[in-house]
Amino acid sequence: MSKTDTRFAGFKIGRRTFFNRLWAVLGLAALAEFGWLGISFLASRRDRNRPEREVGVVDAGEISMFLPGTVTAVPQGQFYLARLPDGGFLALSRTCTHLGCSVPWDEEKGAFVCPCHGSTFSLTGEVLTGPAPRPLDTYPVRIENGMVKVDCAKARRRDRFLAEQATRI
Amino acid sequence: MKASRQSITDFILHLHPRTVPYPTIRFRLSWGLGGMAVVLTGLLFLTGALLLLAYRPTLEEAYGSVRALGRDIPLGYWVRNIHHASANLLAVVVVLHLLRTALTGAFGPGRRLNWTIGLGLLVLVLAANFTGYLLPWDQLAYWAVTVSMAALGYIPLCGDWLRGVIQGGPEIGQATLSNFYVLHVAVIPGSLLVLLLWHFWLVRRAGGLISASEGGEPIRRIPVVPNLIAREAAVGLSLVAFVLFLAMFWNAPLLEQANPGMSPNPTKAPWYFQGLQELLLHLHPVFAAFVWPFLGGAALLLLPLIPGSALPGGVWFGSERGRGLAAWAAGGGALLAVAAVLADNALRQPGVGMAAGALIARGIVPTSAVILLAAGGYWLLVKAANRTRAEAVMAGLVAGFAILTVLTVVGVFFRGAEMHLVWPWHGTGGSL
Repeated sequence: MSKTDTRFAGFKIGRRTFFNRLWAVLGLAALAEFGWLGISFLASRRDRNRPEREVGVVDAGEISMFLPGTVTAVPQGQFYLARLPDGGFLALSRTCTHLGCSVPWDEEKGAFVCPCHGSTFSLTGEVLTGPAPRPLDTYPVRIENGMVKVDCAKARRRDRFLAEQATRI
Repeated sequence: MKASRQSITDFILHLHPRTVPYPTIRFRLSWGLGGMAVVLTGLLFLTGALLLLAYRPTLEEAYGSVRALGRDIPLGYWVRNIHHASANLLAVVVVLHLLRTALTGAFGPGRRLNWTIGLGLLVLVLAANFTGYLLPWDQLAYWAVTVSMAALGYIPLCGDWLRGVIQGGPEIGQATLSNFYVLHVAVIPGSLLVLLLWHFWLVRRAGGLISASEGGEPIRRIPVVPNLIAREAAVGLSLVAFVLFLAMFWNAPLLEQANPGMSPNPTKAPWYFQGLQELLLHLHPVFAAFVWPFLGGAALLLLPLIPGSALPGGVWFGSERGRGLAAWAAGGGALLAVAAVLADNALRQPGVGMAAGALIARGIVPTSAVILLAAGGYWLLVKAANRTRAEAVMAGLVAGFAILTVLTVVGVFFRGAEMHLVWPWHGTGGSL
């Protein structure tokens, strides 16, 4: 601050102080505008990365293809079809609920094992070991004319495995 | 000729004071770390400009254009390696530079703003490293972006929105790549340049590096040109030679092209985020991805505002006695980190998930324990051992960095398939 400012400060804002404050306000306004511009520009792109083809209902195959107690990967729907020992069907998302890695089915261990942070999930998608916070998401399963059909439009979140989540014949 | 040489000298004196305190040109005060960071940044700008000529930021071409560097462009891979080596060394150098600043008491009055700007630069360097990591669009890149975007989603209230904005949609794709590309080649380098110049100028205004007074005598000052400039040139040119040599042998990694259906096993973050990834194994994601980094960042930011938190300037650890304390703090922090990792590994047996009550058991409890431990340690040092506040703060900082270093080393070398603890000389080896 210059001498002029202190001389005027006692009774009124000096010319220089006034302009300095004006520039500061205008500068901050410009910064805020650019920030707003940037964010709205980015936010408008939030719908860009839609999947190229809308995945709807996927035909997984005939009932007889899936033995009880097995897991089958269905690549076109990006999910696993698990058949529970009691014969129920469960379509499990292949995305780990912790941080989004894809979890392969380990036949020997009888579990889904996440390679990123070591979470493991049971046949029903329940968390066996952390750090995953909740079971694997599921997709609705329908059985029509002996065919297993899975609706891949939207994954369902759940807190635990319940018997009614599985679709039975 | 004379006039042009004068103009160079004058330009240097825009960034440096005309004279600096004699003790500050001693190599062992600063280890030349700030200068090294500048040189590495320069190498990154130069090689980055060359790489821009070859790289194409589209999903179809990104991977191929990085591959083609090795095949079609003379010395193309060397340029990429120099860029890669400089970026990794820069991450190390800036952290060491931050530690040097703190441990020689250079964030006190007169240098507070510059500490804050330095932290901003650290964030920009890490952001630059990370955004660049994703551009080759190989498996390493794709899964790093997947994990980091999912981690972003755990930020309370605005996480999902933020993730959508940065990701450019509900899935990772072209918009994500474009966003990271623009950040990496325009936004971050531009901001970096502005903050760097401000950073230098504030050092100049503070009269050069911090120095200790020489026993009541006035500090002897010597001209910057040529004394300081010669030393800077020696450090800078040796470093350039070292990096160029290193880049002949140290290849920047390039895995297979990104495959959204299959994560590599193990999937690891870049090494400078391995400490964070290690936390993600032990803590609830909200705490590992948000609360702890936030608390750590806030502590560093507020450090200079606490009265009496800065050590006496210009002497490492403040004094000989302070050096002993720092050694104890580093050892204690490292032991604590090893013990915590091993104990949690023993506890995390099958059947122990993260679902039930995890927010308390793996969030609030360990966080409170760490805060209590820090407060107890501070009380012991200041009240019981009669240390100064600055020494206690220094001990906390050293312990914190020791913990982060141990977590990083564990993450990089001791985590194998499915992130189980392994001996590095037995296992399949990690990714760097």
